[in-house]
Amino acid sequence: MSRGAEAAERRSAVPFWRDERVLKLLGQILFITLVILVAAWMLSNYRKRGLTFSFGFLDEEASFDLAEGLPFSPTDSYARAFLIGVVNTLRVAGLGIVFATLLGLIAGIARLSGNWLVNRIASVYIEIIRNTPLLVQLFFLYFAVILNLPGLQEAIMLSGPIYLSNRGFAFPALRPTSSFGSWWPFLVAALIGALVLLILRRRTVPSTGRPAFNLLWVGVPLIAFPAIGWQFMRGQPLILDPPELVTMSGGVMRIEGGTIFSPEFMALLLGLVIYTGAFIAEVVRAGIQAVDKGQTEAARAQGFTQGQILRLIVLPQALRVIIPPLISQYLNLTKNSSLALGIGFLDLYAVSSTMLNQSGRVVEVFLMIMASYLSMSLTISMIMNIVNRRIQIVER
Amino acid sequence: MRSKLYILLASMLVLILIMTACAPAAETEEPVAPGGRLQLIKDRGKLICGVNQELPGFGFINPDGEFEGFDVDFCKALAAAIFGDATKVEYRPLVAAERLPALQTGEIDVLIRNTTWTLTRDTANELDWAAVNFYDGQGMMVRVDSGWETLDDMAGATICTTTGTTTEMNLSDAFRALNVEFTPLLFESTQDTNTAYETGRCDGETSDKSQLAALRSAMANPEDHVILDVTMSKEPLGPLTAHGDNQWNDVVRWVTWGMMEAEETGVNSQNVDEMFNSNNPTIRRLLGVEGEMGASLGLPNDFMVNVLKQVGNYEEVYMRHLGPEGINIPRGPNLLWSEGGLLYPMAWR
Repeated sequence: MSRGAEAAERRSAVPFWRDERVLKLLGQILFITLVILVAAWMLSNYRKRGLTFSFGFLDEEASFDLAEGLPFSPTDSYARAFLIGVVNTLRVAGLGIVFATLLGLIAGIARLSGNWLVNRIASVYIEIIRNTPLLVQLFFLYFAVILNLPGLQEAIMLSGPIYLSNRGFAFPALRPTSSFGSWWPFLVAALIGALVLLILRRRTVPSTGRPAFNLLWVGVPLIAFPAIGWQFMRGQPLILDPPELVTMSGGVMRIEGGTIFSPEFMALLLGLVIYTGAFIAEVVRAGIQAVDKGQTEAARAQGFTQGQILRLIVLPQALRVIIPPLISQYLNLTKNSSLALGIGFLDLYAVSSTMLNQSGRVVEVFLMIMASYLSMSLTISMIMNIVNRRIQIVER
Repeated sequence: MRSKLYILLASMLVLILIMTACAPAAETEEPVAPGGRLQLIKDRGKLICGVNQELPGFGFINPDGEFEGFDVDFCKALAAAIFGDATKVEYRPLVAAERLPALQTGEIDVLIRNTTWTLTRDTANELDWAAVNFYDGQGMMVRVDSGWETLDDMAGATICTTTGTTTEMNLSDAFRALNVEFTPLLFESTQDTNTAYETGRCDGETSDKSQLAALRSAMANPEDHVILDVTMSKEPLGPLTAHGDNQWNDVVRWVTWGMMEAEETGVNSQNVDEMFNSNNPTIRRLLGVEGEMGASLGLPNDFMVNVLKQVGNYEEVYMRHLGPEGINIPRGPNLLWSEGGLLYPMAWR
């Protein structure tokens, strides 16, 4: 019997209300109907309360001040205020992801260490941090630790100068001067030079199977080009801007110049890094333990050192197990940054809560908040999925 | 496969058509249920009142775990007026940022949580203020040892305040007008703002003067802090309801004014029974002996009797919470108009 005839016979044999395909389709229609009905019901409620939907308020003058991140004045628009929130969130999430990964990697490896003390310290850190709420940790860090640092009058001063006080962490900043404009081509040349060397280095010498030259050579153009450029410049293209303590009227002091991490930023960054680091440590430990023991034993038999085994044999294989759960930790960190509201850091959510209060546009602002977090999360997922695909075993 | 997709698309199209046909119908629906909010409250058997829970004097939780304060007493007065029982209130503690949405969505019946009456809030947020029960002004608290006396002295200072309040904008306006630079620092809860100020994270704390006085009274060393003799803004505080239900708004308004009227005519919780025999027509109308004042509001005619017996008049409420035995704020503008203040209840007739 031909295939078509077979199908035709089955169709005639089963009535449509018991046909699996028809039922599946009906199920889908039912679901979509429900979704649309709920949406329409919410919309009609919204209209019943006489609320209107418009993003026009974004162009209006914000008339509040924001003092974290990009410059902002009360005459700027709501849209700019929102942008500042987004940038602040990206800043804390970006730095947080980098430092949390480093901390997690170290703590994860330390937890598997044969050294009793190192092992125990890592265990205590991971267990305490993983089993207490992040909000509590943030409040503790901010109100009990950072706000109890000495005031500016008695600020802890390190050479540099670096100041640590309850007004923030201030350190010298590198600032471009007017001659930076003619200097930056040298920076580009340095990067291109380094890139060319990196590509050349991938061609291994056939007889030894090793790269043609040491990795350190890549550093040569990176240093040489900017240095040559610096010689030809009139004046310095970059200057060091150290923070300075200034006394105002009433003997009250403030910091001017330099780069200042506000206490709120420090508390949030530290809190997120410590918290997420503990989870990443567990992910790393699980990844390492997933690598077959035979791999380590074989490497040791061939005379690899402990460090080499970890770096060349175990971690590259562990990475395949680590990356997928790592993505969700990165997403958690980004989303958890919205707890900033509690400790006065002006992240996306904190700025938005001011915006929705002053403008009364609750639904619009919340849609903007959700869209922002969603696009951040999807971007992180996308990047990490590409990384994940590249490190998987390629089967031919 | 293909035909399936078509069926799906077609059915969705039909549904969307039905929806769009329905949507305008929803729009023309009555904005408020018949009988309005007042009927809803009567049917429910209790009033849901949005209050503060961390501001001594105005709204806070006392050591017995009960809500107490100046604003809380106005909730009680409303319950006494509607049910004849001041305890029939469910309190919803709200932070500044969530109080207006709570009212807009109908989650609470009335918001009595030191909320400033502004044009934008009145219009854009779809709210209706009922009356002003406390005239306040925004002030600035600084440390005594700073020696500061005016805002001009505060150039470069870091100033803490609570987000989601008009305070935030007044602060910007005041310093912008003086062309003085400052750094604002915002917190979600008043308590956190105050902790940050007390630990020295900020050089100044700004809020309504009444609030600053209340916060200062609870500090470890109140004498180390001073409230500057500067008023940055007008802050008329009062109870408010959602937009569009005038009957319910009238009830809130006239109960509030009734308490002021009682002070003006000398009726209080102690002498209310004797006052039934008073010859003063205003008092007779206030207590429901004459006229149909209560009925026209949808309340019993003697509603103010319950309010006065169970809660008291404006003066009694003020003295109980904000007087010398409470957090001690001089009455100032919150005296009756006849005594040089701003309280002026409309005519009770």
